[in-house]
Amino acid sequence: MNKGIAVPSYRQRLGYHAGLLGGIGLLASMVLVITDIETRVAIAQAKAADQKASLEQVIPKELYDNDLLQDILLITETDQTTATSTNVPIYLARQGQQVVAAAYQQVGYGYSGEIRVIMGINIQGEILGVRVLSHTETPGLGDKIEERKSDWILGFNGKSLQNPLADGWRVKKEGGEFDQFSGATITPRTVVQIVRHGLEFFARHQQQILTQPLPLPKPTDSLGSPSTS
Amino acid sequence: MTTDYKNIIKEGLWGNNTVLSQQLALCPTLAVTTTATNGLGMGLATTLVLVATGWIISMVRGVVTQEVRIPVFILLIATTVTVADMIINAFLHDLYKVLGLFIPLIVTNCVILGRAEAYASRQKVLPSMLDGLMMGLGFTAVLVVLGMIREIIGSGTLFANASLLLGQTFAFLELTVIPNYKGYLIMILPPGGFLVFGFLMAAKRLIDQELERRNSLVIPLKVIDVPA
Repeated sequence: MNKGIAVPSYRQRLGYHAGLLGGIGLLASMVLVITDIETRVAIAQAKAADQKASLEQVIPKELYDNDLLQDILLITETDQTTATSTNVPIYLARQGQQVVAAAYQQVGYGYSGEIRVIMGINIQGEILGVRVLSHTETPGLGDKIEERKSDWILGFNGKSLQNPLADGWRVKKEGGEFDQFSGATITPRTVVQIVRHGLEFFARHQQQILTQPLPLPKPTDSLGSPSTS
Repeated sequence: MTTDYKNIIKEGLWGNNTVLSQQLALCPTLAVTTTATNGLGMGLATTLVLVATGWIISMVRGVVTQEVRIPVFILLIATTVTVADMIINAFLHDLYKVLGLFIPLIVTNCVILGRAEAYASRQKVLPSMLDGLMMGLGFTAVLVVLGMIREIIGSGTLFANASLLLGQTFAFLELTVIPNYKGYLIMILPPGGFLVFGFLMAAKRLIDQELERRNSLVIPLKVIDVPA
């Protein structure tokens, strides 16, 4: 590599190679640790702000007066087919003591992968708002489920398990109430299913959600993410 | 030894263009160029990393031996990308929401290791950084052109969501080229990427041939038509 310069003999030794690799590895880890410490708080704050913003999109701010991120109920759901259980965090919106609405995430599998949805529901079981948090659907086709690409997702507002009834919870092509997109049927069909499952999930746990007492004040964060302080 | 800066610029942007001539980095190229905006974002992030790794690797070139150079370069590149990822996430969070997906992908971009190995490990710091910048800009240009063609034919828009990447001042870039356009799905799917890429490569060859013809003083032989 050093053109025209004689390479010192110690560079041929195994120890030099090992030391070089180890030394650079050590330096690289030091840089990573320092960057992590410097950015950790800012990243956690940005994530919390994102989460808050997405919660505010599915439950209108005027409806509640508590901090949703601090008022979380964990419900364990057991999937019968795979015999696995997952903890679903429910964010509770309150007016004073009373629970007025709840928001939670639901996951389903679309055309090319996981679709993660957050939905807000009032105590009557009506949808206040639905938003897609993440997906890997085809850009330009399936991504019309995003609110910034199309207002399709707003069509869920005000719907419940009674409106429409079970048969209506499908895309129009299959005799239901919800539009599909030209060129993409699987994606909107999946989202409709996710939302319907979400409503059924709420119906199953309604009693527990509505009677959940106020959380004890906690000094630490409870974002559901690893501690950041 | 003097460095031919003009040549670095020319080679990076056109003559030795990462995508069109070296045919490197095709995976990110074809994967993200469904819109011109995505191409621009990926290109700029890659340029940033290319300049940074060019700088770092040309600094350590004196102590790194032939035998362990590849793991050392990979380590340095991965560190640079991870640091860039964390910093953008922390301090430019809005940009991160658009670019986030692409940044970790840069590690796997063979252009970075390619330039480290072929250029930065043999050259001084300044030419290495310039080489990174020019290779990156050449890469960005191809990604934007590829994205523009695929976006116009595929969805009839141009620079959709540019304001999310560049800020509200660039909202004027967002155009609907063909209103009420149904779009050709294939251009957005991976095969469309390969198609446009093939045409772009052919176009570059044609232009190069034409340039060569003009530059050569030899008068081309007249082709005699042989009746079939």
